[in-house]
Amino acid sequence: MSSRICERSRRPSPKLPERTDTLPPLNPLDPAGAPHPPHLIECRGLSFAYGRSRVLDDVSFAVHRGESLCVIGPNGGGKSTLAKLVLGLLEPTAGQLTVLGKSPREARTALGYVPQAMRFDPQFPIAALDIVLMGRLNHLKVGAFSKKCREIARAALDEVGLSGYEKRPFSDLSGGERQRVMVARALACEPEILLLDEPTANIDLSIEAQLLETLAALRHRMTILMITHDLDLVSSIGDSVLCVNHRVHRHSLPLSGETIKEIYSSRRRLEHDRRARDQHGDPCLCDHD
Amino acid sequence: MTDFFADFIDAVKTVPLIRYALLAGIVSSLTFGVVGSLVVVRQIGYVASAIAHSILGGIGASVYYSRVYDLPWLTPMLGAIAASLLSVAVIGWATLKFKEREDTIIGAIWAAGMAAGLLFLHYAPGKAVNLESFIFGNILLTSKSDVIATLILGVIVMSLVALFYHKLVAVSFDEEFAGLRGVSSKAYYFLLLTLTALSVVLMVRVAGLILSQALLILPAATASRFSRSLWAIMAGAVAITALANTAGLALSYQYDIPTGPFIVFLAVVFYALSFLLRRKRA
Repeated sequence: MSSRICERSRRPSPKLPERTDTLPPLNPLDPAGAPHPPHLIECRGLSFAYGRSRVLDDVSFAVHRGESLCVIGPNGGGKSTLAKLVLGLLEPTAGQLTVLGKSPREARTALGYVPQAMRFDPQFPIAALDIVLMGRLNHLKVGAFSKKCREIARAALDEVGLSGYEKRPFSDLSGGERQRVMVARALACEPEILLLDEPTANIDLSIEAQLLETLAALRHRMTILMITHDLDLVSSIGDSVLCVNHRVHRHSLPLSGETIKEIYSSRRRLEHDRRARDQHGDPCLCDHD
Repeated sequence: MTDFFADFIDAVKTVPLIRYALLAGIVSSLTFGVVGSLVVVRQIGYVASAIAHSILGGIGASVYYSRVYDLPWLTPMLGAIAASLLSVAVIGWATLKFKEREDTIIGAIWAAGMAAGLLFLHYAPGKAVNLESFIFGNILLTSKSDVIATLILGVIVMSLVALFYHKLVAVSFDEEFAGLRGVSSKAYYFLLLTLTALSVVLMVRVAGLILSQALLILPAATASRFSRSLWAIMAGAVAITALANTAGLALSYQYDIPTGPFIVFLAVVFYALSFLLRRKRA
């Protein structure tokens, strides 16, 4: 469905602009002098390319504290690349990206990342608690995890409704339980931002309901950035939607009929704006809230 | 049957060769069970095989240089350790740098190590080297110092695994996430390869180059068919390796069978049986 929302452009990408460091400084303190930046994630003129293949082009957006932002878009549109940039796994080709006012690499430990559970070896011999404890790895030097780390991991399992699953082998868990263990692992990081990559991919509807319940409870106490193809999840969890297809469109939720119409016409707008930029060098089209 | 056990126990008591071979087999089981389990869950059995085969290069070079330059301290074991660490460096670097061609690179290192070893041994002055003892091993040549060396190496390997167990497991399960929590996946990949290399060197005396990687992998693979936690796999693999070593030694002593290959043959039998037992349970 989302591929109709913003379909990938097949036009050849124009040459990337040179990396610029002349943008104004990001994340000034708020007028009250609060120690926290107003935006947890702030992205300005961000571009990224794998070699000559441009994936993100002059992307700008911000994620506010306490917000649940859902990232949707077609495969190959740059959603996962955006997540990797936020995690500091990739370096931008151009533009600026800050997480909690720092570089993504510096802010890594403040993020709880939930990858797709399907990418793991389902037969890997590991218990649920040991997976959740991985969220505490940055507190472990050598040997065993501390008692405090184990308590935090148990509390995280409890929070996702898997109390009593500590010793359950990963191979014995259902798809939904595995995904909730991954959410618990992210919570064990005690994150300020929860970043989820397609949490409902490849799990059936009954299991999805359990996961939705878990995420709905979490959205009230932390900032969520979620990549998804699932529009039900978007409407249940999201405050707003970022449509990524090399560039970005931002929409508020709930989506009105007019907005849905606008989203569905975004392909034409993306094409139009890209063409306009190619011809006139106009870098507009972002943050249209 | 009673006579068989009595004979073997009598041989252990009276024949130092059998005693040292038994001790070496049991002590090395700890290392192989633990490291083999990590190799199996990380699915790098082919890397372990390449390291095992490249060791011949080090053995050949040490024999050649010790004879040409009269360096008695340059033993084949030292050459094997140096070659295994060198192949860890090259394989580790190549697999991390050229991921898409890692199988080709590993194959090339595998062949290069063996070829270099054979060339060095061919041109080494003095009497011809018994190549078979390196390729297939001879546990009956184990000396007291070999047992002590095996024990020391085993303690080092076990200590490293105990210290970094959680990080090694995390990197094997989810490299990306471990990296995000400050665990260098590259460093722990190299650590695992180094542990594998040292284990293989240990095993050369028992099973030789060709069969050592089988003994590293098969007991852990057998145990993994029945266990769903890494600790249980490690414990099972240690027990299976010790059983294969002891039973192989006893049977080969009784029936005059080449010991190294027979130990590996038993490990293969256990692995095959695990399929039958698992199917029955299912």
